[in-house]
Amino acid sequence: MTTLSSTVDTSGAEFTAYRVAMLTKLDELEAEHAKAVAGGGEKYVVRHRARGKLLVRERIELLLDEDAPFLELSPLAGWGSEFQVGASVVTGIGVVEGVECMIIGNDPTVRGGSSNPWTMRKIFRASDIALENRLPVINLVESGGADLPTQKEIFIPGGRLFRDLTQLSAAGIPTITLVFGNSTAGGAYVPGMSDYVVMIEERSKVFLGGPPLVKMATGEESDDESLGGAAMHARTSGLADYLARDEPDAIRIGRRIVSRLNRRKLGEAPGPVVPPRHDAEELLGIVPDGLKVPFDPREVLARVVDGSAFDEFKPLYGSSLVTGWARVHGYPVGVLANARGILFSEESQKATQFIQLANQTGTPLLFLHNTTGYMVGRAYEQGGIIKHGAMMINAVANSKVPHISLLIGASYGAGHYGMCGRAYDPRFLFAWPSAKSAVMGPQQLAGVLSIVARAAAQTRGQAYDEDGDAALRAAVEAQVEAESLPMFLSGRLYDDGVIDPRDTRTVLGLCLSVIHNNPVERARFDGTGFGVFRM
Amino acid sequence: MIETLLVANRGEIALRIFRSCRDAGIGTVAVYSDADANAPHVAAADAAVRLPGAAPADTYLRADLIVKAAVDAGADAVHPGYGFLAENAAFARAVRDAGLVWAGPSPEAIEAMGDKVAAKRLMAKAGVPVLPELLPAEVTEADLPVLVKASAGGGGRGMRVVRELADLADAVRSARAEAASAFGDPAVFCESYLEQGRHIEVQVMADTHGTVWAVGERECSIQRRHQKVVEEAPSPLVDAEMRERLLAAARAAATAVDYVGAGTVEFLATGHGEFFFLEMNTRLQVEHPVTECTTGLDLVGLQLRVAEGHRLPPEPPQPCGHAIEVRLYAEDPAADWQPQSGVLHRFDVPGVSAEFTVPRSDGYTIRLDSGVAAGSVVSVHYDPLLAKVIACGPDRAGVARSLAAALARARIHGVTTNRDLLVNVLRHPEFLGGRTDTTFLDRHGRVLAAPLAGANAVRLSVLAAALADAAHNRAGAVVLGGLPSGWRNVAAVPQRKAYLVAGQEHEIRYRLARHGLRAEGFDSVTLVAARPDQVVLETAGVRRTFHIGRYPGLVTVDSPLGPVRLTPVPRLRDPGTEVVAGSLLAPMPGTVVRVAVSPGERVLAGAPLLWLEAMKMEHRIAAPADGVVTELPVTVGQQVDLGAVLAVVSSEEQAE
Repeated sequence: MTTLSSTVDTSGAEFTAYRVAMLTKLDELEAEHAKAVAGGGEKYVVRHRARGKLLVRERIELLLDEDAPFLELSPLAGWGSEFQVGASVVTGIGVVEGVECMIIGNDPTVRGGSSNPWTMRKIFRASDIALENRLPVINLVESGGADLPTQKEIFIPGGRLFRDLTQLSAAGIPTITLVFGNSTAGGAYVPGMSDYVVMIEERSKVFLGGPPLVKMATGEESDDESLGGAAMHARTSGLADYLARDEPDAIRIGRRIVSRLNRRKLGEAPGPVVPPRHDAEELLGIVPDGLKVPFDPREVLARVVDGSAFDEFKPLYGSSLVTGWARVHGYPVGVLANARGILFSEESQKATQFIQLANQTGTPLLFLHNTTGYMVGRAYEQGGIIKHGAMMINAVANSKVPHISLLIGASYGAGHYGMCGRAYDPRFLFAWPSAKSAVMGPQQLAGVLSIVARAAAQTRGQAYDEDGDAALRAAVEAQVEAESLPMFLSGRLYDDGVIDPRDTRTVLGLCLSVIHNNPVERARFDGTGFGVFRM
Repeated sequence: MIETLLVANRGEIALRIFRSCRDAGIGTVAVYSDADANAPHVAAADAAVRLPGAAPADTYLRADLIVKAAVDAGADAVHPGYGFLAENAAFARAVRDAGLVWAGPSPEAIEAMGDKVAAKRLMAKAGVPVLPELLPAEVTEADLPVLVKASAGGGGRGMRVVRELADLADAVRSARAEAASAFGDPAVFCESYLEQGRHIEVQVMADTHGTVWAVGERECSIQRRHQKVVEEAPSPLVDAEMRERLLAAARAAATAVDYVGAGTVEFLATGHGEFFFLEMNTRLQVEHPVTECTTGLDLVGLQLRVAEGHRLPPEPPQPCGHAIEVRLYAEDPAADWQPQSGVLHRFDVPGVSAEFTVPRSDGYTIRLDSGVAAGSVVSVHYDPLLAKVIACGPDRAGVARSLAAALARARIHGVTTNRDLLVNVLRHPEFLGGRTDTTFLDRHGRVLAAPLAGANAVRLSVLAAALADAAHNRAGAVVLGGLPSGWRNVAAVPQRKAYLVAGQEHEIRYRLARHGLRAEGFDSVTLVAARPDQVVLETAGVRRTFHIGRYPGLVTVDSPLGPVRLTPVPRLRDPGTEVVAGSLLAPMPGTVVRVAVSPGERVLAGAPLLWLEAMKMEHRIAAPADGVVTELPVTVGQQVDLGAVLAVVSSEEQAE
């Protein structure tokens, strides 16, 4: 075993500058999270409370085991869109009666908890995580239904919501719905598709059509309570399995339900948990602001993995990519971490071999991104960089062990793919505030556009507008820069959240624990295929 | 020679006697009621005999069963301890008639002293100073105040102070009723009541060869309801001259009845050195350890030697040093001394250097005579004495300080006790000045009943409990136990824990953030370390350690700031288990002796609904408001525990 040592000078000017830059980004992140927490704002929060109701996060807190952790997912969903940050729903993984559960709670203070396209995507993502990791789903429902002005984006894909619920059930993953208020029209199918339904006296309202719609449709005179009241559903329709007296009682019943699910994790239990030897606080000063200077990912690993212990694989070959074995919160992981940004043929081959080894031993993989992509240039093209890059992407795409991706620095070009970007379905993908992701760096992209335009002008025999070029370059650069930032990407659900670097170990430990609700899958090394290819 | 001795008693005194037996090589036999089947005294004996039932009248007061038990178990001697049959001449005779050795005075001496009126006359004749006996009918304004006392009494039962002539008849009537029920003899008499009296008593020990010792005096002025709470030797009131008179009077008293064995002559003294014979207790006293600790004697050992016919040395040893004993009771001084019952989860007194015997070391030492241990069930059937804690040492102030500290630091969990009161007494300037009389607790009750932990101590203790509970939750987590406590990537709502302390709810809202504790209202408090059983907090630069105990429905916090008991308030309550509004709960464990109403009956506020008897006192349960009795789940004769629903009174609207 090798224990990582650190060469970072924590009292140096560089460290201090990087740390200050990171803290600034964290303040910005905090401000965005605060928007999500604020929900619909003071006025609607006051009105909600005046009705004797709990806020969605208060409901979640009561539902969770006391003092247990809670990982909120996609808290920035909808960032940069016309909708409230957070997309009027809270999703996250928490512990209820000792069981890791996916919790999905509408925020009724934001436009009555109505669903917009980002709400829908956020819930889809939560459902995917629940299905992949066998997490029981607890819906805390209070929603006015679809945001009608955006119905064209919601209505057709939105049907997946109900399909997901019943497919979870079919996969042996229990679904529980606590109805806190309205759950009408399409929303009625959330309790309708759930395994267990709890409704609250004089609070829950679940019907396909309310009194006005019924009147229009059939002429029948009716009222809310007889159409969809909790007591009616508990005693007459049977849609409610439990009738709660009030919100805390509904949550209490929800916890009782989970305690009777007899859940057992199917994956291996973790080994002993040993804290790293180096202080997580120092993670703030490791990533250079602006990403121009490469940094050693071992400095990150030394502050994240158990006992700072890391057994590096092929340390002398393809050294721009660090590969090796470690544990996080007692769970074994194989780590692939970019060291100097560029992926050459050697690095690609090393990654391919390492991914195969992880599949042979059934070890989950952790990708730490800081890559500017695969190397370009005559020598590299001739050396087969496309073949080798493709080989790595092939290995990542077909690897069967769980993957977790963490964007700590750059994640550009096909390097993003090779390092298991979003499209490669890692079980979880998080970003540090320092991360950036795009097809290439903003300057490079602007420069490429400039060169192409200049060449086109030349071909047409026109004079090149240098001022226009400068303006175009600046505009493109600014746009690409903005669109490569983690908040923008997080807003579009391209990651599961932007995290404080100091929380990395906690987030990874939680994700690995969640992953181990299932046995670790692996590519087949059962005598019917090939052995590990030496690269 | 005694080979095997049966102790006709329970609790700490049984264990105390067993200790002397063990030292002497004498085998031991215990008796036990069903309620005491798992009591420490049963486990400590070589053999134990069951007395079926729980009530004293069915068990420890059954002379016939106890004599049979002694015979069956092969005992050749019986020690009565104190209380129960200790001053029952018939029992002494029955023991002797069965051919067993009686480790006590002769039945004749017991009888002579048992009749208080006759005893006073006898003492007066022997030259012992007595207060004149007054016939109730002859009491005049000039005699007031007077004390009405049961002739067969003891332990304060049947005693009444009368200050107005008009109250005399009532006092006599109720004293007679109480005496009849407690002692089977309604006879009462009156004597002058000394308002600022001090209770001074002398330990005597006499053999069958004519040697009579007056060993030394004890002061037991601090009493509640005429029951001693704090006892000490020597008395701060008594000087050498007074001591000489006291010891002479005690010797004369013992000699007058041909006393044999250990006994105590009780006097009531004025602050000016006058004293009057009260009564003689023909048995070992509860407070005998303070005499042992100042003389080095083993009084029980001497009782056994005297019973075997041995001679006492001609003179007792000279007392030296000082000893103070406190009686630790399962009772709530703040709630009219209500006896408490339940499981004693933990009972640790720090620094105990000897149990049931005289500490053999210099300086300040602590002796513990305890009838309970962790896990003991304190029942409603017997005297709520848990243990006696005795401190000894060279000087009174130092002894008081060391005893107060031992008590304050004791970890006593599960049952409310008078511990805080005892500490307050030991630290009270009047006590330290040696100026206490029998009205001390009545005069200072409110101050003395105050908990050691003040408001700030309670606040910090509740915070410590919450943080320890958080650590406990993390330690017991089946998943994600290694992650930081209450970790959130998006912080919104703090963790919340609530506890009841003395009926008042305290809520702690906190977050264990990256850089430590953030608790609302505790800005100056830093969390140094938290474990499920221990929390270290720093307040304005001062570190303190809080020790936490956790039991079903109970969290205890012990710290130098004083002990605090908390009832955790569950976050989510099952509405089905909530107590119906208007429920009347038993204020103490006891027996329902009378029910005045039936379900459906309309009652006015204050109307008596039923009576509960506990520790020989009848407690009236009255309607809290006008309404209808909608539930009455108890019947006459039913035993109820503290907090049991006795009745539900609903308003008329609710009832319909």
